[in-house]
Amino acid sequence: MTGTAVTGTAVPGTRMRLISVSLLAGVALTVAGCSRLDMQDQPKYKPQRPSDFFADGRDGRPELDGTIARGQLNEDVAFYDGKDAAGKDIDAFPIAVDKAVIERGHQRYDIYCAPCHGRLGNGMGMIVQRGFKQPPSYHIERLRNAPVGHFYDVITNGYGAMLNYSQQIQVRDRWAIVAYIRVLQYSENASLNDLPLEARAKLPPANQAMSGEMKAAMGAEPMAAPDKDFMNFPAQPATPAGVPGAMGAGAATTYNAQPEKK
Amino acid sequence: MPQIFKSSTNSLARTSIILAVVALGGLGGALFELIANSSYATRQGEAREQPIPFSHAHHVGSMGIDCRYCHTGVENSQHAMVPPTKTCMNCHSQIWINSSTLEPVRDSYQTNESIRWTKVNDLPDYVYFNHSIHIKKGVGCETCHGRVDTMPLMYQEASLQMRWCLDCHRNPEKYVRPREMVTKMGYEPDEPQEVLGARLVKEYNIQKLETCWTCHR
Repeated sequence: MTGTAVTGTAVPGTRMRLISVSLLAGVALTVAGCSRLDMQDQPKYKPQRPSDFFADGRDGRPELDGTIARGQLNEDVAFYDGKDAAGKDIDAFPIAVDKAVIERGHQRYDIYCAPCHGRLGNGMGMIVQRGFKQPPSYHIERLRNAPVGHFYDVITNGYGAMLNYSQQIQVRDRWAIVAYIRVLQYSENASLNDLPLEARAKLPPANQAMSGEMKAAMGAEPMAAPDKDFMNFPAQPATPAGVPGAMGAGAATTYNAQPEKK
Repeated sequence: MPQIFKSSTNSLARTSIILAVVALGGLGGALFELIANSSYATRQGEAREQPIPFSHAHHVGSMGIDCRYCHTGVENSQHAMVPPTKTCMNCHSQIWINSSTLEPVRDSYQTNESIRWTKVNDLPDYVYFNHSIHIKKGVGCETCHGRVDTMPLMYQEASLQMRWCLDCHRNPEKYVRPREMVTKMGYEPDEPQEVLGARLVKEYNIQKLETCWTCHR
């Protein structure tokens, strides 16, 4: 297109300029459509960008050893560590627990804990069904009698096969989760007399099987959908024996990379 | 010898040159529009290769893991965050421990080297997008990212063109949902969207931010 630029003197000055400008604009537009521009990818750091400058290749920098960021001195041992002065787990919540806190705890529990511990806290979450070591139910005697600081400590530092959740769950939310665990423990061991009269009326008759809907309403684990994708995952060699979740061996070896669009 | 061309041919020639230039410009513009809107340019719907073929369809769709289990920054910061390797290891310290597919994850965990994921939804650097405010105002993950629970490999659902952003910024009531439904995939409103949307716009105090400096700062 550039070759067609108008030369010659037959066309007077202004018109000539107009023509070249429109020609150039056409070329520029076409080129712009084909390439990304410098402003799109600026040489600046944004979260989680790679960096050539720092040795670890990250633009996000860790805190230096021995430094404390402003506002992160975390002096309140009960709140931040769940311990008393003697280093024992506290058994009183360091925050005021109200309905809002419990609801927040419910939500956070379902996000971060339910995958393994299950919605009911019985230790039968989806990841456990797929082969993760089963955690104890919250409803056993030992955990019903455990101080709240114990649960906080487990979330913060991990326990057994469970890694810590200190990076994923903020301190206040950890306490909210502990409050909700207490709710689960209470509800799973409640007797009929603990229910207000209106709630009792909604219960199914004692010797009648619960409908699926009722079970769902009571927070039972949702049925797993047929997991086609799981079967398409590349077969893994040397499947650990006795791990029910690790059933990839022998499955299709191709990975379906094309999204199924509706 | 008689002249082949009349003198009026001169102005005809000039006019046709101008017309040709205009036509060429129009053609260029049309071509530009065509290319710029194509999925080739926007990369819409293009599944991207990743160092590990992480499947959202499996983790979200089949396992039912909430978006926020991994993307912990989404409620409180501009950046949803690609999770650190540690988050993978929460489960994969015990599950699929011999899988060669997960070799890079274990390597990364042991060596503390970052996994270099390919960014899929990549806005231009002159756009200042903030996840947290959208979550707080009831914009579902699905509204922009699509049915992540059906994507074996992540792809960009939306065009991410400015007109696409503006469609919602001008008519938020068409898209917003209750806050507690934000991470739900396959969400259907209980009542007509016009009714619900109008109510939520009021309740959440959602403004129609259409100024340039809302996103370009």
